[in-house]
Amino acid sequence: MTPVTELTKPAAAEVAKPIEGYLQAVPEARVDGGVATIDARGIYYKHLNEVVRRCLADGAKKVVLESVNGQRYIGTGLKGAGTRIEVHGTAGQDMAMFMDGPTVEVFGSAQDGVGNTMNAGRVIVHGDAGDVLGYGMRGGQVFIKGDVGYRVGIHMKAYETRHPVMVCGGKARDFFGEYMAGGVLVLLGMDSRIGGPLVGGYIGTGMHGGVIYLRGEVESWQCGKEVGTFPADEKDLATLRPVLEEYCEAFGIDVDEVLSMPFTKLVPISHRPYGKLYTYV
Amino acid sequence: MRYEPLLERMPTTRIPSFTDREGVSRGERPRYAEEAPFKIHGGCGLMGICDESGSLMSGEVPIRAMAVQRDRGNGLGGGFAGYGIYPEFPDHFCFHMMYHDLRAKEDAEALFDRYFQIDLAEPMPTRPVKGIGDAPLLWRYFLNPDPHKLEAAEMTPEDFVVHSVMLINSTVDGAFVASSGKNMGAFKGVGFPEEIGHYYLLEEYEGHTWVGHNRFPTNTPGWWGGAHPFTLLDWSIVHNGEISSYGINSRYLEQFGYKCTLGTDTEVAAYLFDLMLRRHQLPIELACKALASPLWSEIDRMPAEEQAVMRSLRAVYGPGMLNGPFAIVLGFNGGMVALNDRIKLRPLVAARQGSIVMVASEESAIREVLDAPDRVWAPKAGEPVIATVSGNGSPVHSDLHLSADEVSCAVTGMLETCDAVEVS
Repeated sequence: MTPVTELTKPAAAEVAKPIEGYLQAVPEARVDGGVATIDARGIYYKHLNEVVRRCLADGAKKVVLESVNGQRYIGTGLKGAGTRIEVHGTAGQDMAMFMDGPTVEVFGSAQDGVGNTMNAGRVIVHGDAGDVLGYGMRGGQVFIKGDVGYRVGIHMKAYETRHPVMVCGGKARDFFGEYMAGGVLVLLGMDSRIGGPLVGGYIGTGMHGGVIYLRGEVESWQCGKEVGTFPADEKDLATLRPVLEEYCEAFGIDVDEVLSMPFTKLVPISHRPYGKLYTYV
Repeated sequence: MRYEPLLERMPTTRIPSFTDREGVSRGERPRYAEEAPFKIHGGCGLMGICDESGSLMSGEVPIRAMAVQRDRGNGLGGGFAGYGIYPEFPDHFCFHMMYHDLRAKEDAEALFDRYFQIDLAEPMPTRPVKGIGDAPLLWRYFLNPDPHKLEAAEMTPEDFVVHSVMLINSTVDGAFVASSGKNMGAFKGVGFPEEIGHYYLLEEYEGHTWVGHNRFPTNTPGWWGGAHPFTLLDWSIVHNGEISSYGINSRYLEQFGYKCTLGTDTEVAAYLFDLMLRRHQLPIELACKALASPLWSEIDRMPAEEQAVMRSLRAVYGPGMLNGPFAIVLGFNGGMVALNDRIKLRPLVAARQGSIVMVASEESAIREVLDAPDRVWAPKAGEPVIATVSGNGSPVHSDLHLSADEVSCAVTGMLETCDAVEVS
């Protein structure tokens, strides 16, 4: 471990204003080879993200954040496919928002708004994630090991080579895949801490593109009227397998066990369901 | 008239101008209640923690839980309420008072002297904290109604206290009752919650239940009395969100005598709890189902018996249903209740560690406070998280016989709501 360099410290003005309730410490990075390690305990999110960006600008390939608790915007707006951020603790709101390339792995849970409008890269969360996960996601992969909240995968979209993929290992609440326009959204129901069904109501309401795979079955009342449910056939499973292989590799899960139960496929049964909503005919 | 003894108005002649503590003329002294109208938008933060065994936790606990949620507020309102914090005076009502100036204090104290036996009156202990300025004079009083006055008034002590809160808030210019319960108190003001907590030396108190709030008002200035929690007797309420059914709720409440004149959505939540828990004696679970009713489509899928209960609940309390995004925590000496809107438009995370139940807007608040929670989960929309302190009874002030508009008036202190108080 080498001592802190001047460059990894935030500008003096950044820490000039002490914030009641925080340690008010200057965040420091221990740089070892291409790996920068930062103890985030009590560090204000703005100062923390400032140091992360400085470390990356200084050439670090991997940034390890220890004792994270609720700091917002980790990985937000970062670019670069080779970059890796490890979060130990509970990641705060809007993690990996607008992210374009890096990998963020959370050893703990993430809160609301993860992967908002994410463009490329990968998010791996070993715990649960909150509400509005992957909102408007347009590329990259989001892998959650545990439960997710309400409004997950809303308005995911695909375009040319961009195909967002999200796999959630636990259960989900209402509005799963609402207004979905593209990409792949998978729910496994395997690693859950909440009671009740695999997924809540309003699944795929207003959906007009992409595909949802659920490990298990849903009743018709749970689904929006714009989606049709079909048992996943061999062709579907052949598409799903590589996605699940990547997911299982990230968490050390046996892919055959995941595939040991039948999946249900949900796809839109009409094209542009609201195309005539505001049109007099 | 049964409240006559309390209706003797105190001399509250308005003075055209006054000088502040530094001797600078500040113009006309405001009536605090008149500053109250405000509306809360968007992303407030909240927390509640309750040790069901009744063991006490330091006030540093809620401060830490709110500090990690700092950015949910904008520094224009923070506050806490703690229960079990005054073991030296468990049977006294404790009035936490905010005074604009010394004259307001004299006027309020004259009223206390007249109607109460005060066993301790002292300035609220505070420390200077950067970021907290322009604080009112803060005092607290441990008191009980004067037995003779109480007897003459033919009221329960609780009713007597509510009438006094009403009288002070509506007739004593520049004075505001922040809390008035037994063995509890509200600590609130303009600032971030961690600043407000440290300002009030909250870490020196110990309570079995705490609630905390971080405010994000966007279109009106924050003021000290307008911060959450709102309290009456030992009830306190903190709220994140916006109740878009405010119009229909307030018209409904008016039929029961409540008068909602403040335009604060938290107000209707407080009165609806009062209506259902105290006046109608509904169990908490059922009251929560009336406030955040299951959708009709969900009711259709319930077992027949449950369907019948839910259908009649929605029929009876339909206009009392809260619509729009909200997360609410209600604190009381018997525990706390946390509740979300029906489709989870505001965040709420819950946890249990042994006998401790905790809720917060963000999981980080829970991780900050509980070192090894047995379970952390996001409650389903509309399903209350309830914690009850063993041996502390129910939250219902069953010996309270106040009419609804008296409750309204006590909470808001608005003159217009106080038909019972004759003010010229």
